[in-house]
Order: sequence, then structure tokens, then C-alpha cells
Amino acid sequence: MSSILSIENLSKRYGKVLAVDNISLEIEEGICFGLLGPNGAGKTTTIEMMEGILKPTEGRTLFRGEPIGPHFHQHVGIQFQSTALQDFITVEETLKLFSALYSTHRDPDEVIEICSLGDILKRDNRKLSGGQRQRLLLALAIVNDPKVVFLDEPTTGLDPQARRNFWSLIEKIKKEGKTILLTTHYMEEAEILCDEVAIMDQGHIIARDVPKKLLADNFDGVVVKLPWLSDKQLPDGAVLIDDYIEIHSRDIDATLHNLIHHSIHLDGLSIHAPNLEDLFLKLTGSSLRA
Amino acid sequence: MRKFAALMHARNMEFVRDRGNLFWNLLFPVFLVFGFSFAFSGGDDTLFKVGVIGNSEIAGGFLQESYLEKIPYEDTAFALDKLRHHQLDMVINLQKSSYYINDGSAKGEVAERLFTSDGALPFIRKEVSGEPIRYVDWFVPGVIGMNMMFSCIFGVGWIIVRYRKNGVLKRLKATPVRALEFVSAQLVSRLLIVLLTSIVVFAGTNIFLKFMMEGSYLNLLLITAVATICMISFGLIFAARIKSEELANGLMNLALWPMMAFSGVFFSLEGTPLLLRKLSRIFPLTHYIEAARAIMLDGAGLTEILPNMIVLIGMTALFLLVSSLLFKWE
Repeated sequence: MSSILSIENLSKRYGKVLAVDNISLEIEEGICFGLLGPNGAGKTTTIEMMEGILKPTEGRTLFRGEPIGPHFHQHVGIQFQSTALQDFITVEETLKLFSALYSTHRDPDEVIEICSLGDILKRDNRKLSGGQRQRLLLALAIVNDPKVVFLDEPTTGLDPQARRNFWSLIEKIKKEGKTILLTTHYMEEAEILCDEVAIMDQGHIIARDVPKKLLADNFDGVVVKLPWLSDKQLPDGAVLIDDYIEIHSRDIDATLHNLIHHSIHLDGLSIHAPNLEDLFLKLTGSSLRA
Repeated sequence: MRKFAALMHARNMEFVRDRGNLFWNLLFPVFLVFGFSFAFSGGDDTLFKVGVIGNSEIAGGFLQESYLEKIPYEDTAFALDKLRHHQLDMVINLQKSSYYINDGSAKGEVAERLFTSDGALPFIRKEVSGEPIRYVDWFVPGVIGMNMMFSCIFGVGWIIVRYRKNGVLKRLKATPVRALEFVSAQLVSRLLIVLLTSIVVFAGTNIFLKFMMEGSYLNLLLITAVATICMISFGLIFAARIKSEELANGLMNLALWPMMAFSGVFFSLEGTPLLLRKLSRIFPLTHYIEAARAIMLDGAGLTEILPNMIVLIGMTALFLLVSSLLFKWE
């Protein structure tokens, strides 16, 4: 498969702070690529350099092997993390406005259908709920029938139901064969939507692969979690994170025996298969949402 | 062109649907015109206003009386225009030993009696005639100009700053729209809005107040359009790169209020210190109001208002240049 979008040695410096430090990536056509990391990891800076919105301090972005040029925005769709829409115009008018800004655009009815905007077409932009707004912003990002869709934390601030609803919209867009680049700090979101992920921390990419493979490479077994408020010595292999401990265990029987043997109360104990969040904790040693 | 039309349409809709804004742009100036028309409908002040040509210090008697206001003029024709419009009660030319009164002015008649009873020198009597200018005739170009200024500077300058701050501009930057297309759509939208509101305000109040109109409506519309483009360009300088609405608001007020005070909106600059009159020439509003008054009150044609027009066009070019050099999406 060929890469549709790639970045080469990209860096961004704000004064003395190096927000993104010499990263390179290749993104294959038709996949959903997730850029994960905690707040301030450099996700937005990276994605905005890929979008051609921010000028990199060093390095470059290539679209189909060519450095991005003036026609790049005709072929991509962008949903920023926070965008205001023009006041006093309706959803339908906003869609019409953005359709008119591109030399070719897809049938607005299709976009309305994909993003389930049918019920709110006549609503003033100011009166949209969080979920409705994100759906409209997604619609604006696909109104030009783009090859690549950039979504920067599209579900941040949505309630769980609206978030799931939004995921199904992204699935629909994926099925159309579009390449999606998504940033998120919800690991669950990345596991459900992304074919490939890169984990960023402090301006670096610290891991990159297919989510399942990343987990298989880094974990072998399950994660045992237990609330931990005492000053007792930590059991073997346990890591203290805030007010609980985590033990990565290959043999669950032996781990539990060991805990009981040390007279540790098992109230609140949970066992789960390792996920991206555990991976992040393992890789960075810090909590993802901190 | 399609992009331009779409952006302009969106901006027009935003204006029309914003009720509060519509009120300020339409009803406020109407209230102002009627309010001032009512407030100044009572008689003039009690002083006699006498235009004097020549050195009045050497003349005795009448001209030294404290109940009259002497206004020195260099240009006889200019003073006589004022007399024709009842802005002066009498003009005395000391160099030619003649005096002029307006045959339709009662105050002029009284002033003449006082002057001749003084029995100083044998002066030749001359008459002019003309209708009085009410304050409201004089005031209406000021209101239209003031409204234009606020509408252009806030409607373009402040709005674009707000778009920049809340991310509307950034979202547009992510489309193939060029800055020039966006800015010109804002400019044309505001030009149409200002011309329409000015026409509505003028025509609406004219029904009741019947303004004096000595010149051509077409010329008035032309100078209004030229001045509107100039004001919008001025607003674009604020819009070019400021990110904070508060800063923009402060700077705009800093520019607006001196113009409000010293462009001759509410009171004539005649008789104010020379420095102030010189300073007022740098305000685009001064040139608009001057030209609009010349058309309405003195029947000035294109040639007479050409100097104002040239200044406004020159300022527009300068403002556009500065704002295009400064412009940034973010």
C-alpha cells in the first residue's frame, strides 16, 4: 500500500519550548490513524502542521509524495478542536456556504444523511448542542469529498451517548474509503476506530503500530488493579499509581495467592485485559489524563 | 466569484438577523435626528452674529457692543453664503464701507436698525436672500456619517477580530478561500448594508423633516459610497491581526471618539482654534460631512466636492495598503 500522507522530521518550536521534536510518520491510504497522548503531548501541533495550518519550524508534510501546496485544502477536510461557526445562520446555510468555498463538492443531501443533520437543518448555529455541533463540524469536514479527513479530538466534551453516536459517523466515513487522521485522549475511542496508532508524549512518538500488536508486544497476561491507601510495602511487581496499585500478571492464580498471603484486602479489586491506557502508563509511567 | 458571493450572503444574513445590531444601525440614527430636530427647533440664541470683513478693532460704536458676536471673514462670498442661510444676521465689509442683510431675516432687520442708528459712517446697504438652514438640515449629514463610521469600523473591524478569536477565520483558512476573497466579501457586504441603512434613515426622516437639498442626490450617494469604502478600509486596519476583542474595542474607541467630537458632527468647527481645524482634516469623517453638507446646503456639484473625494480615495488606498500588509488569518 502507498502512503497518502507523510511527515518528515517535523519539529515545532514555540520560543524555548520544543512542542514537537523531529517526528516522522507515513500514513497509508484508507486507514484510520490515531494520534494519542495526554494533553500537551503535541498532538494538535502535529496534526495542524499536517493540515498545512501551522508552519513547521523544521521538516515538511507530503501529500501523495509531493510537498503540500496551494491546492491541498481542496483535497482534505478538517475538524479543529475548537471552532466557532458564524452566528445567526442556520445549519443548512452553513453547509451551503462551505460547499460554495470548494471548486468541487459532494451532494449536500448525502452529507446531511451521513451526519444525521436532517432534523436540525433550520436551526441557528448558536442553538446547537455539543453533539449537534460536532456533527455539523464533521459535515463541513467532508463537504468537499476529501481524500483525507483530519479530526482533532472530535469527541472531547461529549456525553458517552453522543460520543458513541459520533463513532458510528466516523465508521461510515471510513467505509467510504477515506483516510482519517484522528487525535484523541480517549483510549477506548482509538481502540474502536483506529487501524493504526501512534502514542505521543512530550513532542515525541513513543510507540507506533496496529493497536492489537502494540498490546501483544508489550503485555502478556492481564492487569490487576487494587485500591491502595495503606503505607504497607508494595507487593512484588506492583506499581503505585495515585491511590491504586497495578500488577501485570501472567498467572492470575499466583498473583491473587500472593496478595492474600500478604493479608491484603481485595475489596475493589478488578482484573481486565490490557488496553491502550495500560500501555500508555507502562510506556510513560504517568497517568494519561493527568 | 461563487466563494465571494457565498461569504457575502452569509455576512448579510448575520447582519439582518441580529436584531440588536439592526436597531443600532437603523433606529438609533432616526431617533438622533428627530431628537436633535426637536431640541433645536426653538429660536436661535439671543446674540446677533455679524460677519466682519476688515479690521474691526479700528471701528468703533456698534461693533464694540457686547451683545453681538463678531466673526471675522477673509472671503466676502463665503460670509455672504452664511448670511443667505441665516447663519449670520449681518455682514459688514469695513474695507468697502458696505453692509449686507438678508431680506427674509427679522433679526437682520433689527441688527440693521441698531447699526444705522449708531450713525457712525455712511455705509452702503446691500441685500441678499435665502432660506434659513435649520439645525437639523445641517445635522443630518453628520448623523449619517457618524452611523456609517460606527457601522463600518465595528461591523468590519470588530467582527473580523471576533472571527479570528473564536476560530471562524481559522476554519475558513482550512478551505481553499483566499484572504482577498474573504476580505472583499466583508467589504462589499458592509458597503451595501451601510448604503441601504443610510438611504432608509435619510429617506425615512426626510418624509417628516423635509431637509434642504440644493444639490443632486446622485452626488450625495456617490460621496456616501466613497466615504463608506474609506471607513471600511479604516476598520480593516484594526481587523488585520488583532486577536483580542477587548484590545480592538479599546483601539477603535480611541480612534472613533476624537472623530465624533472633532469632525463637525454636532457642532461647526468654524471659530475653533486653528490647530483643531487643521487636525480635523486628517479624519475621513470630516471630509465626508463637509462634502455632504456642501451638496445639501450649498448645492455643490462634483467639482466642488472633488478635493474631499480625492482625500477620501487617497486615504482608502493608504488604509487598504496598510491592512493588507498587516493581515494574518490567525
